[in-house]
Amino acid sequence: MPVPIVEKESLIPGKTSKMVLHAPDIAQHAQPGHFVMLRMSENGERIPLTIADTDKEKGLITIVYLVLGKSTALLETLQPGDSILDVCGPLGKATHISQGGTVVCVGGGTGIAAMHHIAKGHHLAGNKVVAIIGARSRDLLLFEKELASFADELVVCTDDGSYGHKGFVTDQLKKTLDTDKSVHEVVAVGPVPMMAAVSSLTLPYGVHTTVSLNPIMVDGIGMCGACRVTVGGKTRFACVDGPEFDGHQVDFAELRLRLGAFRAQEQESMEAYRRSSNNG
Amino acid sequence: MDKQHKKSRAPMPCQPPHVRNRNFDEVALGYDAETAREEASRCLQCKKPLCVTGCPVNVPIPEFIHALHENNLGEAYRLLKTANALPAVCGRVCPQEHQCEGKCILGRKGEPVAIGRLERFVADSHIAASACEQQTGTSACATPVKNLSVACIGSGPASLSCAGYCASQGLKVHIYEALHEAGGVLIYGIPSFRLPKNVVRSEVNALKELGVELHLDSVGGRTFQISELLKKHDAIFIGVGAGLPKFLGVPGENIVGVFSANEYLTRINLGRAYQFPTYDTPAYHGKIVTVFGAGNVAMDAARTALRMGAEEVHVCYRRTRAEMPARHEEVEHAEEEGVIFDMLVNPVAFHADENQRLKSVTLQRMELGEPDDSGRRRPVAVEGSDFEMKTDLAIVALGTRSNPILLEATDDLEKTKWGYIKVNEETGETSIPNVFAGGDIVTGAATVILAAGAGRKAGISICERLLGSGK
Repeated sequence: MPVPIVEKESLIPGKTSKMVLHAPDIAQHAQPGHFVMLRMSENGERIPLTIADTDKEKGLITIVYLVLGKSTALLETLQPGDSILDVCGPLGKATHISQGGTVVCVGGGTGIAAMHHIAKGHHLAGNKVVAIIGARSRDLLLFEKELASFADELVVCTDDGSYGHKGFVTDQLKKTLDTDKSVHEVVAVGPVPMMAAVSSLTLPYGVHTTVSLNPIMVDGIGMCGACRVTVGGKTRFACVDGPEFDGHQVDFAELRLRLGAFRAQEQESMEAYRRSSNNG
Repeated sequence: MDKQHKKSRAPMPCQPPHVRNRNFDEVALGYDAETAREEASRCLQCKKPLCVTGCPVNVPIPEFIHALHENNLGEAYRLLKTANALPAVCGRVCPQEHQCEGKCILGRKGEPVAIGRLERFVADSHIAASACEQQTGTSACATPVKNLSVACIGSGPASLSCAGYCASQGLKVHIYEALHEAGGVLIYGIPSFRLPKNVVRSEVNALKELGVELHLDSVGGRTFQISELLKKHDAIFIGVGAGLPKFLGVPGENIVGVFSANEYLTRINLGRAYQFPTYDTPAYHGKIVTVFGAGNVAMDAARTALRMGAEEVHVCYRRTRAEMPARHEEVEHAEEEGVIFDMLVNPVAFHADENQRLKSVTLQRMELGEPDDSGRRRPVAVEGSDFEMKTDLAIVALGTRSNPILLEATDDLEKTKWGYIKVNEETGETSIPNVFAGGDIVTGAATVILAAGAGRKAGISICERLLGSGK
């Protein structure tokens, strides 16, 4: 069913945008951790995007995307008043939220938006939330304001030091783990190397670490196994068993390889699209 | 009619193998009217027709063939429709050699009547018929009954059959489909060279014309719950099909280049990856393709890989030709098209090249031992027989297990020990009153006709429950 776009905000011009969609059935059932599958055109590919926020009363869901390939480039051409051809969800298993203690939520790049929904869930459940977000530079940071509105503590880092702490999110996470012994869970959402780094950092601390994975998906409803990941030596499907898993058990190297399975075709598709939109 | 003619059936005209193995158009072109009548004349019109006992839904076979022979196509179609909602589909994809045709008395001394081909001929002649006619074979569908509605979850053969029956009896039907296109396995699974998409679309369109409402992108257990649907509808049919593909559980099977048949076929069938980059969904290409398994899905994957430009396609199976579960016609077609059959081998590990993509598989030779529970001889590994075979695309077609989404979200739905939905065999009703189920989500992966039959049976139960009578 086509889903109308209610609001669109460019977060990083030409690169990352936020859209608010009117999808009452999805909003009604969406919980932190869930994702949706989208398809932008009749010839389009199905792509997964994590739900960044919901407004159940108004029937709204928020998505945030990085313009990376043809599908997200097509999405970027849409404006409020337009509709997205297919939005299917909410999919995946909801975040497991246990009460009592401090949860450190680490977000990197576009993953900050997905982390936001999970952090909000922990906050609403009564957990103390320490949010650590990072990007290469200040202009690439997302959702700082949204997180600041509820997080008990918000730590910002940039690789180039243009804002907040200079350095990686893992540096700040280490500081928190060394000083705050009430941390009972770390949540990390972002690029694969970041989630891998967070997971190896937390391992010696013995702190349970949840990562939200973003493998390639085709149907998103458990039918194909494109999204399979190795967790604790076992093959799991991110779409129905995840997308959140124990970071200490995930084979990140394999995930990275599998994410590159169609890189050549993705580039071909994007180039063909660029050529046609330049000529058109 | 001469004796020889009586013995052998009219051949099915097909695209030549060297042409069709490079396109996605339908392989079998169908009988013309003359051939169909000629073939129909071979039917002995047995008083106790064994063919009917071989049909999972007991289509009145001699009767429809008689009507066809009498040139009464309308009556032939109506007779088919009394038992089978999807004759155009089943005529193409049923394993007739194990069902109706397997029982045909003519098969004892010669070839059985080509029942499937005749079914297809009759059904295809009605593709352009009115919606009501297409659904029931009659022009007298019930007028809609106010305030009674049925929800069908899924839009594969089981749900389409249930929806068609309920709509023809005047119930308002809503179909909830998780994907962006209706048809279930008929769309994402079975390739167009075996089942053209317009055949499926015509079934779906006929339902729409009967007032059936289609809700796409709607996932049972996620976008809505059964408990919520029960507040909106008077009965529910669950026909969500089988789900998660099985993998081999051998080292290296998550290497880039190893795919489930479901993924490979879904990309190409649902995503139209054979038209990439006009369509955005990409397919993975291999020069030497290995397919593991020997059912219809394995044949579909192997033949699809040829059409996608593979140089060599091997079907690797741990038993022998005799035990292959695929339809005979599919195996024959695959062989004609150039698929290579490697029997009595079993994969034990996949290996990657320096770019971390699939380069080979280690296979183990097998031999057949004592029969197992399925009655087939059990394959036993030959010690020390391992050998490596080059392959850059491996497709695993070992079947599926139940999809957990709807089942996990619906606590009060009783399941079998195999994780499928438990139903009353007479009515198709589940442990939740007014919620029915049928097809692969009840039986595990089976055939289109069994799913269609279960859908229809549940449809009859639903109509009896809601309207006080069934037909």
